[in-house]
Amino acid sequence: MFEVVSNEILAENLHKMVLVAPRIAKARKAGQFVMVRLAQGEERIPLTIGDADPAAGTITLFIQAIGASTRKIVSTPVGGFIRDVAGPLGKETHITNWGRVVCVGGGVGTAVLFPLVKALAEAGNEITTIIGGRSERYVILADELGVLSKNLLITTEDGSLGYKGFVTGPLSEMIADPVRAPQAVFAVGPVPMMKAVANLTREPGIETIVSLNPIMIDGTGMCGGCRVQVGTETKFACVDGPEFDAHLVDFDGLSDRLTSYRKEEAARHAAEGCKLAKEVAK
Amino acid sequence: MSNDLSPKERMAIDRVHMPELPADERSTNFEEVNLGLSADQALSEAQRCLQCKTRNCVSGCPVGVSIPEFIDALACDDLPKAAKILRGDNALPAVCGRVCPQETQCEALCVRGKKGDAVAIGYLERYVADWAMLHPDRLLKEAKPEPTGKSVAVVGCGPAGLTAAGELARMGHQVTIFEALHDTGGVLRYGIPEFRLPKEIIDCEVAVLAELGVTIECNVIIGKTLTVAELTEDYDAVFIANGAGLPTMLNIPGENLKGVYAANEFLTRVNLMEAGRREDSATPILQRDEVAVIGGGNTAMDCVRTARRLGAKRAMIIYRRGEAEMPARIEEIKHAKEEGVEFVMLTAPIAIVDTEDGWVSALRCQKMELGPADDSGRRRPQPVAGSEFDIPAGIVINAVGTNANPLLTATAPDLKLNKWGNVVADEEGQTSIPGVFAGGDIVRGGATVILAMGDGKRAAAAIDQYLKR
Ligand SMILES: Cc1cc2nc3c(=O)[nH]c(=O)nc-3n(C[C@H](O)[C@H](O)[C@H](O)COP(=O)(O)OP(=O)(O)OC[C@H]3O[C@@H](n4cnc5c(N)ncnc54)[C@H](O)[C@@H]3O)c2cc1C
Ligand SMILES: Cc1cc2nc3c(=O)[nH]c(=O)nc-3n(C[C@H](O)[C@H](O)[C@H](O)COP(=O)(O)OP(=O)(O)OC[C@H]3O[C@@H](n4cnc5c(N)ncnc54)[C@H](O)[C@@H]3O)c2cc1C
Ligand code: SF4
Ligand code: SF4
Ligand code: FES
Repeated sequence: MFEVVSNEILAENLHKMVLVAPRIAKARKAGQFVMVRLAQGEERIPLTIGDADPAAGTITLFIQAIGASTRKIVSTPVGGFIRDVAGPLGKETHITNWGRVVCVGGGVGTAVLFPLVKALAEAGNEITTIIGGRSERYVILADELGVLSKNLLITTEDGSLGYKGFVTGPLSEMIADPVRAPQAVFAVGPVPMMKAVANLTREPGIETIVSLNPIMIDGTGMCGGCRVQVGTETKFACVDGPEFDAHLVDFDGLSDRLTSYRKEEAARHAAEGCKLAKEVAK
Repeated sequence: MSNDLSPKERMAIDRVHMPELPADERSTNFEEVNLGLSADQALSEAQRCLQCKTRNCVSGCPVGVSIPEFIDALACDDLPKAAKILRGDNALPAVCGRVCPQETQCEALCVRGKKGDAVAIGYLERYVADWAMLHPDRLLKEAKPEPTGKSVAVVGCGPAGLTAAGELARMGHQVTIFEALHDTGGVLRYGIPEFRLPKEIIDCEVAVLAELGVTIECNVIIGKTLTVAELTEDYDAVFIANGAGLPTMLNIPGENLKGVYAANEFLTRVNLMEAGRREDSATPILQRDEVAVIGGGNTAMDCVRTARRLGAKRAMIIYRRGEAEMPARIEEIKHAKEEGVEFVMLTAPIAIVDTEDGWVSALRCQKMELGPADDSGRRRPQPVAGSEFDIPAGIVINAVGTNANPLLTATAPDLKLNKWGNVVADEEGQTSIPGVFAGGDIVRGGATVILAMGDGKRAAAAIDQYLKR
């Protein structure tokens, strides 16, 4: 059992949750994640370790409540418990001093990006962080990332904050400018965003790393469910990744596999909606 | 009661038939198929045993269960004694009585099998073990051992780890099991389905360990949460039994289509996560009318029979050799057939195809014919030219096998591995690191429950010796 010691709402549907998990806090490195199961009968889902405090024995998760499992997890109150948290899993991020690095985050990917930005900053990189969201309400962690980055650029699709448009806008401007062009790019977010970033950096040959989010079950390489095509090889994202060379990833295959259970998930939502409605009616 | 029939009287008794759920009823649910013997059946079967001085059957059992002795106690209706003998030799008799390949082990060497049917040793083992689970108050109490003050870490909560932990605890050592998943049992929990091995049996065995003072810590992944080096620092000895959990890929086109599962994923969803088994399980599982399972072992049988229970109208085994060459247990094959599973033999998959929507629509296959025998003595299948054909399928499950998972070994550079990534250990389980022992599938590759248990038992004895030095 893992105790929840804080649970804040950062933005609509985005929670920052701190859990007591001393062994994980001590062992974890940037880029790694945990498998979380709220209670008996619930799903096991992967969540990035956003931050850790080995002295206090705690880890921080940033959780976007998008479906049944994430919604239930974020509704655990302070002092409540999460039954299972296993990790740290996945490979740690390969961190060196590239020089100029651009870190791109979209949606909840911004949360996954946070520990990478922190580690890259500690390694002495000059970081420009570009974060995007649908509108102002969906832009998260701007203050935290601003402290770690030399520049922080914000984009929103409706122009309610920062640049109007997508994260790829400011990125392509930087790539085109010899003075500002990065030596490496890290991108985490929805699959179409990562794909667009990979397409921008492929031609100029800028090293680009993405953190992939396939469906996972065990997270230990046992089931093969998280497989993604990388170049000519099939990789298991939970053990070989989750970070890969963006120029080799089959993004279309990944986004297709992510829809495998759409029908089943919709049915579950409907069923839970019904149950809720019945309870309300009573 | 005594067990003093004449050999002639014993020879006159026929082997029992295990009562089973009717095939049409069981193929729609996850209830256990074999129902267990009645008291009369068990007694009569026990009387078939000739109590041979040569004890052939015992040499067929990898852990040397005292077969004639426990059967004699059973025939004398002394169940507490039968249970004591059995449990003394075998830590998981209720499991082995159900899943051991008896027909190739103990029963294969039973003298009664030379002319007619072998004694149903497995069924009797199950009978005694089930009785013991129902009558804990009637079991002869185990004496609490003197604590030795030594501690042992066990990695993995499968049959090898559970057995070693039990043995070591009985010797008075303080044992902690570290398990990567959120629950106990290893393959017994996430691989072997409920209809062959009800999960309460594992819970019961685990409760016995808890009573012996064994601590089980789930959600701890050795190699990630803690390293082997940390364990050797904190414990006096370590036993590694993390199994062979890494699926072997087919490496054919279409393997990443939606609807293609590795056996481990399919079984884990249904068994460990209870998808499709419990109304309120949050984990989804796909359900389609046509399911093709590739492989001929126990894993393939478990997948295909599970698919049938989830509602598949056509559940098929696709195997590249003939039925006689299938490594699955005879009982599994028989049960699968009764449940309406189709066996497509001498057929090898060459591609998985879709109708351009990313979902599997068929398994493209090639007919095979059997050529000369290979090193393993099995006749090698060869493709028949121009015999390609498609088997319509909405789900394809790859059950061709598993390999050693490198999660633990990758962070233990001093641990010597063979070329397949299995840990190298001697007869007693000693690895290349002093005080670190290993056994079960991580050493042998995918093997059997009883071999894993035998390894756990031998390693526990060796660890005890090591700790006494
Ligand atoms: C390595 C890794 C790290 C992750 N880190 C974080 C994190 O730090 N914070 C966070 O909020 N989320 C993270 N995710 C994503 C998170 O695991 C999923 O959002 C979660 O599993 C969805 O479960 P659900 O039941 O709430 O939603 P569901 O009802 O299962 O899904 C809702 C919608 O999301 C889609 N979806 C399902 N699974 C995923 C997935 N794995 N990734 C993206 N979309 C998915 C579905 O197709 C559906 O449209 C991470 C994923 C991976 C693989
Ligand atoms: C579907 C299926 C059906 C089978 N049917 C039969 C049968 O009918 N009869 C038979 O005799 N055999 C059968 N087998 C084989 C048998 O189950 C195995 O040989 C046996 O379980 C091996 O035992 P083990 O203890 O070595 O490993 P496992 O049972 O694999 O247990 C290993 C445990 O270690 C855990 N683990 C892994 N890595 C780590 C880590 N890094 N840190 C901590 N824990 C870790 C795993 O989660 C697992 O719980 C079957 C196998 C499968 C897959
Ligand atoms: S453990 Fe297995 S092989 Fe040994 S006697 Fe029992 S059923 Fe037979
Ligand atoms: S070989 Fe068969 S008949 Fe003889 S003791 Fe063993 S089980 Fe009994
Ligand atoms: S999640 Fe099972 S292998 Fe990656």
